[in-house]
Amino acid sequence: MSSPILKLIAQRIALGILLLLAISVLIFAGTQILPGDVAQAILGQSATPESLANLREQLGLNDPAYIRYFHWLGGVLTGDLGTAMSSGQDIATSIKSRLWNTLFLAFWAAIVAIPLAITLGLIAVRYRNGWVDKLISGLALASTSFPEFFIGYVLVYFFAVKWQIFPGISTVYEGMPFGERMQAIALPATALTLVVLAHMMRMTRAAILNVMQSAYVETAELKGLSAFNVIRKHAFPNAIAPIINVVMLNLAYLIVGVVVVEVIFVYPGMGQYLVDHVTKRDVPVVQAVGLIFAAVYISLNIIADIAAIVANPRLRHPK
Amino acid sequence: MTDGKAKSTPLLDIRNLRIEATVYPPGEAPKTITLVHDVSLTLEKGKVLGLIGESGAGKSTIGLSSMGYGRGGVRITGGEVILNGRDILKGGKEGFRKLRGREVCYVAQSAAAAFNPAHRLMDQVVEATLLHGTATRAEAEKRAVALFKKLSLPNPETIGERFPHQVSGGQLQRVMTAMALCSEPDLIVFDEPTTALDVTTQIDVLSAIKDAIRDTHVAALYITHDLAVVAQVSDEIMVLRHGRLVEWGGTRQIIKEPRQEYTNALVSVHEIEHAEQNPGATPFLSVKNVTAAYGGGHVKVLKNVSVDIYPGQTLAVVGESGSGKSTLARAITGLLPPEQGTVTFDGRPLANRLADRPKEDLRQLQMIYQMADVAMNPRQTVGTIIGRPLEFYFGIRGRERDRRVAELLDEIEMGKGFVDRYPAELSGGQKQRVCIARSLAAKPKLIICDEVTSALDPLVANGILKLLLNLQQHEKVAYLFITHDLATVKSIADSIAVMYRGEVVRYGSKSKVLTPPFDAYTDLLLSSVPEMEIGWLEKAIKGRRMASAGN
Repeated sequence: MSSPILKLIAQRIALGILLLLAISVLIFAGTQILPGDVAQAILGQSATPESLANLREQLGLNDPAYIRYFHWLGGVLTGDLGTAMSSGQDIATSIKSRLWNTLFLAFWAAIVAIPLAITLGLIAVRYRNGWVDKLISGLALASTSFPEFFIGYVLVYFFAVKWQIFPGISTVYEGMPFGERMQAIALPATALTLVVLAHMMRMTRAAILNVMQSAYVETAELKGLSAFNVIRKHAFPNAIAPIINVVMLNLAYLIVGVVVVEVIFVYPGMGQYLVDHVTKRDVPVVQAVGLIFAAVYISLNIIADIAAIVANPRLRHPK
Repeated sequence: MTDGKAKSTPLLDIRNLRIEATVYPPGEAPKTITLVHDVSLTLEKGKVLGLIGESGAGKSTIGLSSMGYGRGGVRITGGEVILNGRDILKGGKEGFRKLRGREVCYVAQSAAAAFNPAHRLMDQVVEATLLHGTATRAEAEKRAVALFKKLSLPNPETIGERFPHQVSGGQLQRVMTAMALCSEPDLIVFDEPTTALDVTTQIDVLSAIKDAIRDTHVAALYITHDLAVVAQVSDEIMVLRHGRLVEWGGTRQIIKEPRQEYTNALVSVHEIEHAEQNPGATPFLSVKNVTAAYGGGHVKVLKNVSVDIYPGQTLAVVGESGSGKSTLARAITGLLPPEQGTVTFDGRPLANRLADRPKEDLRQLQMIYQMADVAMNPRQTVGTIIGRPLEFYFGIRGRERDRRVAELLDEIEMGKGFVDRYPAELSGGQKQRVCIARSLAAKPKLIICDEVTSALDPLVANGILKLLLNLQQHEKVAYLFITHDLATVKSIADSIAVMYRGEVVRYGSKSKVLTPPFDAYTDLLLSSVPEMEIGWLEKAIKGRRMASAGN
């Protein structure tokens, strides 16, 4: 239909891929700079120089760095993330279930947090500068200002220890029934929701207030629309681009930044996996997880960009 | 009131309306000011009352009070607004919401801003009708299409599917009128509906609005600062000033036999006598075959333009928006380097790019802009603003500088007391005067005036034009005067260039350009300027030879 919009979208995607490639170089280079030798790490202190040399040859560690990079990249592109040094397990297989757990938790936290944040933002605009607005802003700010572990432990104290409604440790396993799984993630999802709520809510409020000055908002008021409908129908659609941007940033945080919450609730997600292997100096795993996190971040931001392009009627419907 | 017949209950009866607002002057305690002082008016069904006055007269505020609406922090604090037999001020928020969009509708000055860019036109046009449940969607859309037809919009069946940005300004203004008419209200408030349009487009919109009012028997409050426009559509005219009633009477009486001095001043505002000067032997600035484009040469906005400017004279450049008037100024000043052609100054070519011109060339060409308030640094005092060119071009500092600033303030008919004021403390006309003083401070040979009076009230604009003419006599400065207002051109120009779509279509001395036979475009432009004459609109529409470009 509209070639300019397709062109813009294609540009964003191409840029995203380029960025991801650049990041893969950085991640690879970063782990190369770190001290330590993979062969030494695998064989331990008692290794003989001969066995070390053999293993180096076997792992291709004697090749120049760029060849090892392309080798690694080629593997990543074909789904082979390498082998974890600490356990000798295939990284792709271990990550699969972990990633799924993380996405599951992020999904349910987002399902609650995004509509809630936007609705609260709309209500705050409707009663702007009144006590409702101040209450919403105050509570949202407070929930963001508390550190995640504090919120996490408060939730555990009340819901798991005192009232015993939800489990304090979010153990999930494969083949777990849906209902139990939801119960297990209730507390970490709540903690995450509270953490990301304020940012999205305040952005919604600010973005909508920005367009409330427009002449078309006055037009809507003069048609007799109720205050809330003016905001919902006329202000919100024009404030959507900045809101989407913040929503996507927070979505990315829900996937990438949940390390602390996962550790508190002992939830078997990506964050825990990453932390475990950083302490073990398991470089291939750190590389793989880093790349996946970067990919998540970049693709969510591409989606935000594309959504902002598509939300603009001038681009969607050129003259 | 002019007609003496016994009155049935009027549609709208405003009694002793008092409107106040709280202002927060910088560094002072908030205070309450009165915007409208006990104004009363009545409007019969199907009649049109024109509200006229300069900015700050309270026209829009009174108009919006018929919908119980106050912009910003404006409050209705006294009086009654009786609509269809009841005082709407007693109805509360719920009552206002029921009447807005149903009994009273509003047409804003800038339809381009008043339409929501995110929704299709049709959805917005029928929104109020559906909201108040006066028709089904199918009925409302049918009504809207019929209105689009009546307002002679192109493709009335499908224009509703478009988004606001896909439709021109003149068309949007008519769609907005259709939007107001769609819910079949008793009263429409037109708030300067044609002010933002080109003169050639204004006439179409005006005529469409007039026909629609006549055929739908809706009553209207028509708010404008242009008496000639309001004379075309109104049955009665109310003149307002500083929130007070000045005069109220039939249209003919107001424009032909005004009883108040202020009304008289409004009626006769455009008449400045300016005898045309003959062009001298040699022009000091020549634009030769200049072609300029935006977007890396893709959009040609100036095509082979040549004009000359003579010392101490005024060249007026007229045309509608998009005709390339301001681009010509940008090409001359070097802000937009021309692709072809040259600009010669005092017999030598000027560098194309602004960055390549020596300071002396910059000094000789000064500019004054339409929006005086954004052309000044709000954190600098008038003294600093005017003194800056003195320091920059001549290195004049200290007491000598202060003396020159005082002289310049004197020249623009503002006292020394203004030296320490900030732009925000000045009125629109005063701001423009400060801009004039700033350009004069450089002692230029040419001042480019880009729509310098367009944002001003007629009386204030008149003062600015007189000042410019006086300064020209004293300082022997030449003007390149860019405007879309032909009345201004007649008052100030020595020669005229008419521009249309990037080309100069007519060029010569004022008398020559304004004497028939005309080319089609100049004829359209001249015949589109509203005249203070009842029935002018119909005559003008009938006599047109070409349609305006905004259509």
